Amino acid sequence: MKILVPVKRVVDYNVKIRVKPDQTGVDLANVKMSMNPFCEIAIEEAVRLQEAGTATEVVVVSVGPTQAQETIRTALAMGADRGILVQTDDEMEPLGLAKILKGVVEEEKPDMVILGKQAIDGDNNQTGQMLAALLGWSQGTFASEISLDGDSLNVTREIDGGLQTIKLAMPAIVTADLRLNEPRYASLPNIMKAKKKPIDEKTVADYSADAAPRLEIVKVTEPPVREAGIVVESVNELVDKLKNEAGVI
Amino acid sequence: MNTLLIAEHNNQNLSESTVKSATAAAQMGGELHVLVAGAGCAGVADEAAKLDGVAKVLLADDAQYEKHLAEPMSALVVGLADGYATIATPASTNGKNFMPRIAALLDCSQISDVTAVLDANTFERPIYAGNAIQTVRVSEAKKAVTIRPTAFAAAALTGSAGVDAIGASDNPGVSEFVSEELTKSDRPELTGAKVVVSGGRGMQSGENFPMLEKIADKLGAAVGASRAAVDAGFVPNDYQVGQTGKVVAPELYIAVGISGAIQHLAGMKDSKVIVAINKDEEAPIFQVADYGLVADLFTAVPELEEELGKVGL
Repeated sequence: MKILVPVKRVVDYNVKIRVKPDQTGVDLANVKMSMNPFCEIAIEEAVRLQEAGTATEVVVVSVGPTQAQETIRTALAMGADRGILVQTDDEMEPLGLAKILKGVVEEEKPDMVILGKQAIDGDNNQTGQMLAALLGWSQGTFASEISLDGDSLNVTREIDGGLQTIKLAMPAIVTADLRLNEPRYASLPNIMKAKKKPIDEKTVADYSADAAPRLEIVKVTEPPVREAGIVVESVNELVDKLKNEAGVI
Repeated sequence: MNTLLIAEHNNQNLSESTVKSATAAAQMGGELHVLVAGAGCAGVADEAAKLDGVAKVLLADDAQYEKHLAEPMSALVVGLADGYATIATPASTNGKNFMPRIAALLDCSQISDVTAVLDANTFERPIYAGNAIQTVRVSEAKKAVTIRPTAFAAAALTGSAGVDAIGASDNPGVSEFVSEELTKSDRPELTGAKVVVSGGRGMQSGENFPMLEKIADKLGAAVGASRAAVDAGFVPNDYQVGQTGKVVAPELYIAVGISGAIQHLAGMKDSKVIVAINKDEEAPIFQVADYGLVADLFTAVPELEEELGKVGL
């Protein structure tokens, strides 16, 4: 079984982002970039399936700037076999991205695609579901556990109020939630080995996908700031304030 | 052109998230229609018909829609899409699952997690876990929208729309429901609760959460947790409040032993009143709290229970 894992390079999750003064977006100059945390979980799951002998090849793809090579290298150091960089400096929207990934899937013919459930920059939570739609595949989103069952895939999903298990026909799209696994740190020998693994360079034009942006970003602003309140001295004072000042109990 | 709101429900009751989302959807242009798809859910359609501003309810009652699986739901909605410029749904795990599939099948964009409707084509939404707000305009003939319910007031239930039963579409047949494990609780659901009491890593163990439950029971509150508490295995993931968990905006949010990581603040900073109890006075949670108490939670929480008792709770 072959698994394709799309990954995204995003602002590191520990960075406190700043909105540009001209309100055109978030300042990405000189900011630490990393692999989207949910994508790391997706890679980890694919590599575990390979280590278990279920998967035979793990291919990682990223659509983004030249620097996304580093993100692909990280995935290769975690254990993926080879990479594909679809180079573009344009900001991708989920639908356009899903169309490019559809092209990659048609070329690579994987049996399963595992993605992160969302990227922590745009917080869209759309790409995996859109790719499933375009391919006509089944989808198991927000997965906390997956297991192959003959020709089908059981996916346990994180849903509001608990967990749901569904059975999917293969090929399938899986999107990873937090509890699917805990991604490994790449070891130094594996980082060195990853440097020798191949990365194919492609362009958006190679997939004849209409990935042009369709949305107009009018502006990006700071959220309203919440003022710090007061420090109370005792529980007694706290309850008094909640009852008589805030009126919430 | 009209707006179609896909209702979130459990086949028995319309969810509070749908009641709130109806307020947002009513601002998206044209007549507002509500789709209730499920199994044995006629009662839900009658509830939806009472939502203020709704012109018509469509009822698709068929076994394949019982669990709102993405594949049959999107096949159904795509078949209905012709008369609508906007297709909307609450940003619940169901809506987040099926809506992008619908959008891609219709070759239209989706605007996720809308927190304000500026006009029928222009929306505000949080990005970077709420650390920035994006204003986005769509000029396509059709669009999909998921609505963050906590950002909108509940619609009044004074309407009396008609209910039209519609037929089921062909089930794509690539997915089936196996089982579910829902957390059983007599307490209100996190995202709809008026009061939320959450515990963090400072709770030290899952065995200490009953302390918070006692407070929660006095206040009619839901119990939540930070990601750190979930990662440490104290409580299940569906307790999680934050960027990667649930977004809540109750009247009162009590954070106990929670330091206030950016990722947690993203899930609760729109609460009306925030209380923080933490022994570390430098904890970032105090920067957003209306009332902070610097104290050891293991003495403060039992004391709080007692004090609440004294005021008749």
